[in-house]
Amino acid sequence: MDINMIIFGGLAIVMIVSALFAVTSSKIMRATTLLLFVLFGTAGLYFMLHYTFLGAVQITVYAGGIVVMFIFAILLIGKGSMDITQTSIRRYLAGMATALTGMALAIYLIMNTDFHSDKFTADGVDMKLLGNALMGTEKFNYILPFEAMSVLLLACTVGAIMIARKK
Amino acid sequence: MLDFTTITTAIDQYLHSVMPAPAATLTECAIVAICAIAAYLVFAIVMIFMERKVCAAFQCRLGPTRVGFWGILQVFADVFKMLIKEIIEIKRSDHILYNLAPFLVVMSSLITFCCLPFAQGLQVLDFNIGVFFIMAASSFGILGILLAGWSSNNKFSMIGAMRSGGQMISYELSVGLSILTLVVLSGTMQISEIVEIQTQGWFIVRGHIPAIIAFIIYIIAGNAETNRAPFDLPEAESELTAGFHTEYSGMGFGLFYVAEFMNMFIIAGIASALFLGGWAPLYIPGLESFNNAMCWIPGIVWFLGKTFFVIWLLMWIRWTFPRMRIDQVLVLEWKYLVPIGLLNLLIMTICVVMGWTL
Repeated sequence: MDINMIIFGGLAIVMIVSALFAVTSSKIMRATTLLLFVLFGTAGLYFMLHYTFLGAVQITVYAGGIVVMFIFAILLIGKGSMDITQTSIRRYLAGMATALTGMALAIYLIMNTDFHSDKFTADGVDMKLLGNALMGTEKFNYILPFEAMSVLLLACTVGAIMIARKK
Repeated sequence: MLDFTTITTAIDQYLHSVMPAPAATLTECAIVAICAIAAYLVFAIVMIFMERKVCAAFQCRLGPTRVGFWGILQVFADVFKMLIKEIIEIKRSDHILYNLAPFLVVMSSLITFCCLPFAQGLQVLDFNIGVFFIMAASSFGILGILLAGWSSNNKFSMIGAMRSGGQMISYELSVGLSILTLVVLSGTMQISEIVEIQTQGWFIVRGHIPAIIAFIIYIIAGNAETNRAPFDLPEAESELTAGFHTEYSGMGFGLFYVAEFMNMFIIAGIASALFLGGWAPLYIPGLESFNNAMCWIPGIVWFLGKTFFVIWLLMWIRWTFPRMRIDQVLVLEWKYLVPIGLLNLLIMTICVVMGWTL
């Protein structure tokens, strides 16, 4: 058996099991921690594809940023007040319908997409290429979204300071 | 100079000759993992002993002298004491998260430890994004601290964890900015390449003023990242008993303790790799015979020498300055270090563009 299949299988099992427990756990903190393992698994998949930049971004942004923010939010709201104590049957059905629709859509897209696997290179993407694409002003470069994003972040920071400041 | 890739290639070829390729790869993974964990623990032991002796020297004491010659076996006695302690189960706490938290912290620091360039070719993880991966891997250690504080069911642990979270997230920014300054100077993020460039002169010399400013910012922010004095607010003994690890006993506490020491080793290791040349020997242009003589000293000696020099600096700071208040810690970061770091990044970019580097 190919070594990549073994690693992929391991990551897939970790991700699926963590995702299932994250959804079914009644404790919000455990669900967040399990979500973290799903995100680690995704980062592992990117590393497996030698796309180390996206893998590191996945870890920094999601594990080091979003999950930390989730935990901070839970801690500030109050211990245990967000734990799920009872669930109605209507919620179950609505959740299941959403999940099944999402899964059907995902399977349809995977089956009908050309993944350009012939363009895959095993030595990853050069960082200079990525940097030039992010900061370039040519066609198919991303300087405008990049700057718009920084303005958005600045607006968020100013807003946070405004809310936090007490007159 | 000894290139370790010859040794690793020989081992690789031997393993491939005796077993099929997937098995050889898995065996290599296992060997590397065992070596990395063993090195991690050996350095932790050395550093705990060094901390005791350096602290004693700064306080005009002798430090441990009873267990073994010159107190050498003291750390082993400490570990033995920790192992025979009772593991206390906290009532109404989340046991799964409580037991998971120390491992998250150790995992984060172990992955970062694997990125350090110990000698030429002696490096476990060497991605083309190198330093960015180090920042990514060290950023989730904080999750373990937050979970430890939350799952202990203790308000002092909780306050310690929140302080730690705020402090580590803030100071990550300064660490990132000073590393970025060096990336601008080197033009690459791959750690092996960064060190390779420095065989023609260390970055702290080649980058002169901006590099020295970045080094000072990095040392301050790195000290805060490891939660050590003068930034040891998360575990300020007089206020919070022991902060986020108050409720941990035995090896749970031991893992946090080891991770804290190894984070200091990693901070010092990255400082030596980025600023002081890693395994690159001392190089002075024009003195060829001197440079050749320096090349006879093995790279691992250079790397460990520089790393332990930086560790000694960190310990000097630790045992000299009094603890700061939490508001002072945050003011120092957001009102001084971040603006200086941003300005310094600009100065470095101008220097590189104008060709003012050495």
